[in-house]
Amino acid sequence: MSGERRVGPLREKSGAVLRQRNARLGLAILAFFALVAILAPVIAPFAPNADLLSLEPGVKSLAPPCIHLLGCPADQWQHLMGTDSNFRDVLSRVIWGARISLVVGFVTVGFAIVVGATLGAIAGFVGGRTDGLIMRAMDILLVFPSLILAIAIVTVLGSGLANALLAIGIVAIPVYARIMRASVLTVREADYVTASRALGESQLGILVRRVLPNALTPIVVAGTLGIGGAVLDVAALSFIGLGAEPRTPEWGLMIGLERNRVFAAPHLLIFPGLAISLTVLAFNLFGDGLRDALDPRLER
Amino acid sequence: MASYILRRLLISIPVLFAIVLVVFVVARVLPGDPCTATLGERATEEQCRQFAIRFGLDQPIPVQFAAYLGQVASGDLGTSIKFQLPVTELIIERLPTTIELSFYALLFAILVGVPLGIVSAWRRNSSVDVGTMLFANIGFSTPVFVLGLLLAWIFAIVLKGTPFALPPSGRLSSGVDVIPLAEVWGLTALDGLPRAFLDFLSGIYTLTALITFQWEALVDASRHLILPAIALGTIPLAIIARITRSSLLDVLALDYVRTARAKGLGERSVILRHAFRNAILPVVTIIGLQVGILLSGAVLTETIFNLAGVGKTVYDAITGRDYVVIQGFTLVIAIGFLIVNLLVDISYAYLDPRVKVGG
Repeated sequence: MSGERRVGPLREKSGAVLRQRNARLGLAILAFFALVAILAPVIAPFAPNADLLSLEPGVKSLAPPCIHLLGCPADQWQHLMGTDSNFRDVLSRVIWGARISLVVGFVTVGFAIVVGATLGAIAGFVGGRTDGLIMRAMDILLVFPSLILAIAIVTVLGSGLANALLAIGIVAIPVYARIMRASVLTVREADYVTASRALGESQLGILVRRVLPNALTPIVVAGTLGIGGAVLDVAALSFIGLGAEPRTPEWGLMIGLERNRVFAAPHLLIFPGLAISLTVLAFNLFGDGLRDALDPRLER
Repeated sequence: MASYILRRLLISIPVLFAIVLVVFVVARVLPGDPCTATLGERATEEQCRQFAIRFGLDQPIPVQFAAYLGQVASGDLGTSIKFQLPVTELIIERLPTTIELSFYALLFAILVGVPLGIVSAWRRNSSVDVGTMLFANIGFSTPVFVLGLLLAWIFAIVLKGTPFALPPSGRLSSGVDVIPLAEVWGLTALDGLPRAFLDFLSGIYTLTALITFQWEALVDASRHLILPAIALGTIPLAIIARITRSSLLDVLALDYVRTARAKGLGERSVILRHAFRNAILPVVTIIGLQVGILLSGAVLTETIFNLAGVGKTVYDAITGRDYVVIQGFTLVIAIGFLIVNLLVDISYAYLDPRVKVGG
C-alpha cells in the first residue's frame, strides 16, 4: 500500500484488541464498574453501613426492591435493590462493593505474576538443580485444589481481606512460573540472545532486556484471564467467612452473611451475585479478546 | 504399557512423600490450639496436658512426623480429635458423597459441554455459536455459591408444589434409606478390607440402589443430586464446551479434513468420524484438569447443599484445627489427583496412536 501510516506497536496491538467484539464488550462493562466504583460516594444513595432505622421511619429489614417507576407506592422510600437484614440499603452496598472487587483481581494477579515470573525466570535461566527445586515446589502447589489450599493459607495467616488476597495470589503463582520458564527456555537459545551474550551483556541485562519482553505477551494474556478467577476465589473465601471483615460491603460476603435468608429474600442473592458474575464476565471477555489479538498462532 | 504405568507410579512416590511432608508441616503451623478448639475455651491446663499426651502432641515435631509416616504406611491415618473416629472410617463415610457428586457433575459437564462445543464449531459464527459461547462465558463467570443458591431458590422455593420441585439439601429425604450392600447381600459377618470396600461402595447411594434394585431410594437420591451436580458442573461444562469448539476448529482447518470433504463425505461424517477423533485430545486433558476445580467447588457445593462430603469435612477440619483429619483427607485428595493424572496420560495412548508410550 502506498502512503502507509507508521503505527507504533502499542497502538497496533490495542487496535487489534479493540477490533474484537468480546474485548469491546468486556472493556465497556469494566469501564462501567470502574465509573461506579469511582463515583460511589456520589451515586450511592446511602453510606454502605448506614443504619436506615435511624434515617427512615417505618423501614423494614429484608424488604424487597421498591422502585417507584415500577409501581412501588410513592409514600415508601425507594430502595432499588431492597434492604438487608441489618436495615441497610443493598444498592449502596453493591455500589461500594465495586471498589473492592475491581481492585482484588489486579492485586492478587499482580502479586502472582511478580513472584511467579521471577521464580520462573530464575528456574529457566539458571537451570539445573535450582530449576528442579523451584518447579517441583510449583508442582506440589498445583496438586492441591486451589480453594482448599487457599483456605489452609488463610487459616495459617488469619482471616481478613488482605490475607485472602495473599492466599489466592500464592495459589496462582505456579501458572506464571511455568509460563515464564517456558518462555525463557525458548528464547534463551535464540540467536539474538547469543549475540547479546557475545557482545558482553550481563546475565541480568539479557534477562531484563532480551528475554522478558518476549515472555510478556503470554503472561499478560494469562494474567488478564486469571483476574476473573481471582475475583471468584476471593468472593468464595469471603462467602465462607475467611475473607473480608463482617461489615465490609464485599459482594461474596454480602451473600454469605445472608445465606440463610436468601430463600425468603432472593434480592439479597441476585443483585450481589449479578455484580460478581458481570465483573468476572467482563474480565474474561477482555482476556479472550486480548489473547485472540496478541496470539499470532490464532487465525483471525 | 505395564512398564510405563509402573514407571509413572514410581515417579509419583517422591511427589507423594513431599505432599505428606507439606501437609504435615502446614497442619502444624496452623495457629490456634487443638486442645481448646476441641475441648472448648475453658479446658484446664491439666486437661490439655492429658489431651496432648493422648494424641502424641507433646512429642517433638520430627518424632511426630516419623510416627505419622509409619502409621500411613500401614494404612492407619490416625484418629480424628473432633469426631473421635478413625480417619479411614471418616473417609469411607464421606469420600463416596464427593465422588458421587463429582461424577454426576462431570457427567453433566461432558454430556452437555461436548455436544455444545461440536455444534458451535460446526455452525461457526452462527447465532447458535454466539449464543452457546455467551452461555459458556456466563457459566464460567458465575460463582458456584451464587449458582447453587439460585438453583436451590428456584427449584425448592419458586417451583414448590409443581412437578419440577427438587430438594435443596441433604442426600435422601427423611424416611428413605439406602440399605447397605453388606446387609442386602447378607455379608454382615464380613470385616476388614472387603467390608470397608463394601461400605465405601454403599456410600455411593445411586450405585448401591441401582445394583440392588432399591428403586424408591434410587429416584430419591438422584433427585437430591440434580441441583448440586448442576451447580458444581457448570464451570467445567463451560470450559469443556470452549475447548471442544476451539480444538475442533483447529482440526477442521487441516488438509485431511479438506480431503474428506473433497471425497464427498457429508458434514456430519466429516466432523464426527474424522475431525472429532483428532480434536478430542485437548478435551481429555481439560477433563482431567477439572478434578481440581471440582474439589474446590465441592467445598462450596457441599456447604450450600448440606452434604457431608470431603470438601465440607476438610473445611470444617481446617477451621476446627483437626490436624489428623486435615492430613488424612489432603493425602487422599493428593493421591486422587495423581491417579487421575495417570489415567489421563494413559488414555492419551489409547486415543492417539501418535503418542508413544515408551518415550
